[in-house]
Amino acid sequence: MKETPLSNCERRFLLRAIEEKKRLDGRQTYDYRSIRISFGTDYGCCIVELGKTRVLGQVSCELVSPKLNRATEGILFFNLELSQMAAPAFEPSRQSDLLVKLNRLLERCLRNSKCIDTESLCVVAGEKVWQIRVDLHLLNHDGNIIDAASIAAIVALCHFRRPDVSVQGNEVTLYTPEERDPVPLSIHHMPICASFAFFQQGTYLLVDPNEREERVMDGLLVIAMNKHREICTIQSSGGIMLLKDQVLRCTKIAGVKVAEITELIQKALENDRKVRKEGGKCGFAESIANQRITAFKMEKAPIDTSDVGEKAEEIIAEAEPPSEVVCNPVLRTPGTAQVGEGIENSWGDLGDSEKEDEDGDSDEAAVLDGLKMDTGIEISNHGNQDAPIVLSDSEEEEMIILDPDKYMKKVRTQTISTKQAAVPSKRPTKKRKKKRAVD
Amino acid sequence: MAGLELLSDQGYRVDGRRAGELRKIQARMGVFAQADGSAYIEQGNTKALAVVYGPHEIRGSRARALPDRALVNCQYSSATFSTGERKRRPHGDRKSCEMGLQLRQTFEAAILTQLHPRSQIDIYVQVLQADGGTYSACVNAATLAVLDAGIPMRDFVCACSAGFVDGTALADLSHVEEAAGGPQLALALLPASGQIALLEMDARLHEDHLERVLETASRAARDVHTLLDRVVRQHVCEASLLLGD
Repeated sequence: MKETPLSNCERRFLLRAIEEKKRLDGRQTYDYRSIRISFGTDYGCCIVELGKTRVLGQVSCELVSPKLNRATEGILFFNLELSQMAAPAFEPSRQSDLLVKLNRLLERCLRNSKCIDTESLCVVAGEKVWQIRVDLHLLNHDGNIIDAASIAAIVALCHFRRPDVSVQGNEVTLYTPEERDPVPLSIHHMPICASFAFFQQGTYLLVDPNEREERVMDGLLVIAMNKHREICTIQSSGGIMLLKDQVLRCTKIAGVKVAEITELIQKALENDRKVRKEGGKCGFAESIANQRITAFKMEKAPIDTSDVGEKAEEIIAEAEPPSEVVCNPVLRTPGTAQVGEGIENSWGDLGDSEKEDEDGDSDEAAVLDGLKMDTGIEISNHGNQDAPIVLSDSEEEEMIILDPDKYMKKVRTQTISTKQAAVPSKRPTKKRKKKRAVD
Repeated sequence: MAGLELLSDQGYRVDGRRAGELRKIQARMGVFAQADGSAYIEQGNTKALAVVYGPHEIRGSRARALPDRALVNCQYSSATFSTGERKRRPHGDRKSCEMGLQLRQTFEAAILTQLHPRSQIDIYVQVLQADGGTYSACVNAATLAVLDAGIPMRDFVCACSAGFVDGTALADLSHVEEAAGGPQLALALLPASGQIALLEMDARLHEDHLERVLETASRAARDVHTLLDRVVRQHVCEASLLLGD
């Protein structure tokens, strides 16, 4: 499926917002989205969430024979996959330009910067070395894949433990985790990518662009750094013209951001270590348990409700009481009764009152209840004359009235109680109507 | 490799150059009759050939045509005999795909693509011998080929690589210097405006040194520009002589 193109309006809107130094998700120019790291039950498995972008990292290892020209070095292999699950525009099993670019960037960021000591992965020189394979899967695409992927890769590598081996003569013994504790990889430093999006030929700059911003950007500059402020990779892409000062400024910002992210990663790793040591629960299932899939979660939108009370009263004061209509039920066949057709509709009554209620606030929930109750009674009253069973149209309850007199009493007490709490309204007229109906 | 001294105490590099010195550059334009534009360049022992076709009608799927500008199609390949070890596949691996992408990006920025909407410009580059700085040799060769084809550009695109050894920034790295594993930076520059069309860097370099390396690379790219400009002028002179005004 091809990507839905962005409309001109949307594009203009986004660019205008950027010109005004505003971002749609409320971030500042140099803000990252929130980063969340969770670990799987196995070593070397993690999910990194950068805002809504989500990347799963999984590290695995096996013993292979080394490359001819590097007999004493282990092999590192990176593979990022963009599945259709993440975004419908990604085509399965095809090396798209984006995929090639991202994969090469990851390789250069993590392999060429020598963040992992590959010589320590050698078991028997020239014969057996460890091949460490890092598989990254994009689970959800909301922009800035490379940052999320680079964090996921380095976190997974830091978290990974390989089985211990021993060499005696020519014999290589592999120990299971039960026999000997698995050993972590030796990691020199943690390179992390930071992306900068440029707009309007480099006039505007944003950190960590989301998917929408990525669609309208002119170009991207990715800088990979570690916390010692060493640059591991720089890559500019898209047809932008950079100036030297811009590059230098970006490296400064990247330095700060990378330091923050590194700290976060170390905290997450430390937390996980502690949990595992104490034998607590770990794994993805644990990390999402508190947010049930069926739970309906809504973000709170603050609304000013200070003058709602007055407004509601005003509306109520201005509103005219509805004309009093008494309608006769139509009897079609014995056992059924109909109200409405061919005669003046008394349901307009209900419509009016509902409209008013929408303007009011939750303070007036009591009133709403009262009104609904009233309508319910009206209908039931009509029904009472002919049929013993009436289904009320009120949304609250289905009423089955077996003993009309008793029910009346109950309702009356209820309405009285609500009246005490509620605002003075046109309730009196309603009451009157109801009373008459009862009588 | 660790024992190799890349920069002597006297300030000379392995091949006898000074830190900011380029390798010898020789170039020719119009080496093929069939193509719209072609060029051959030698930067030291790195040799590259570039051919340009276009702007012409879109080949293949018409859906690829862009309504407001020309499509730039770049293909990079390196000959199987270009490196020390014989390569199995001349093109199609991740590295050459990436190189093609980078070339495309560089020339999309430099060529005035909006002058040729709904058409296509093909740039094919082949490296015959790789001795460091393949990206820069490719860009320089392709620039000459595009100029030879008469396709309007904003400016020359001149590329050069730079490295950093023992506190000194080195320009135009050779294969030996690249293989030592130090930081290396490739830069494609539009010399008149000083704008960077592509910037790429590998391996670890402290932030504080970046400015110096960038400076060295851009100075080297300007030097390349002087040389390429001379080649173009000479080529035009020869061509007009042959036409016999």
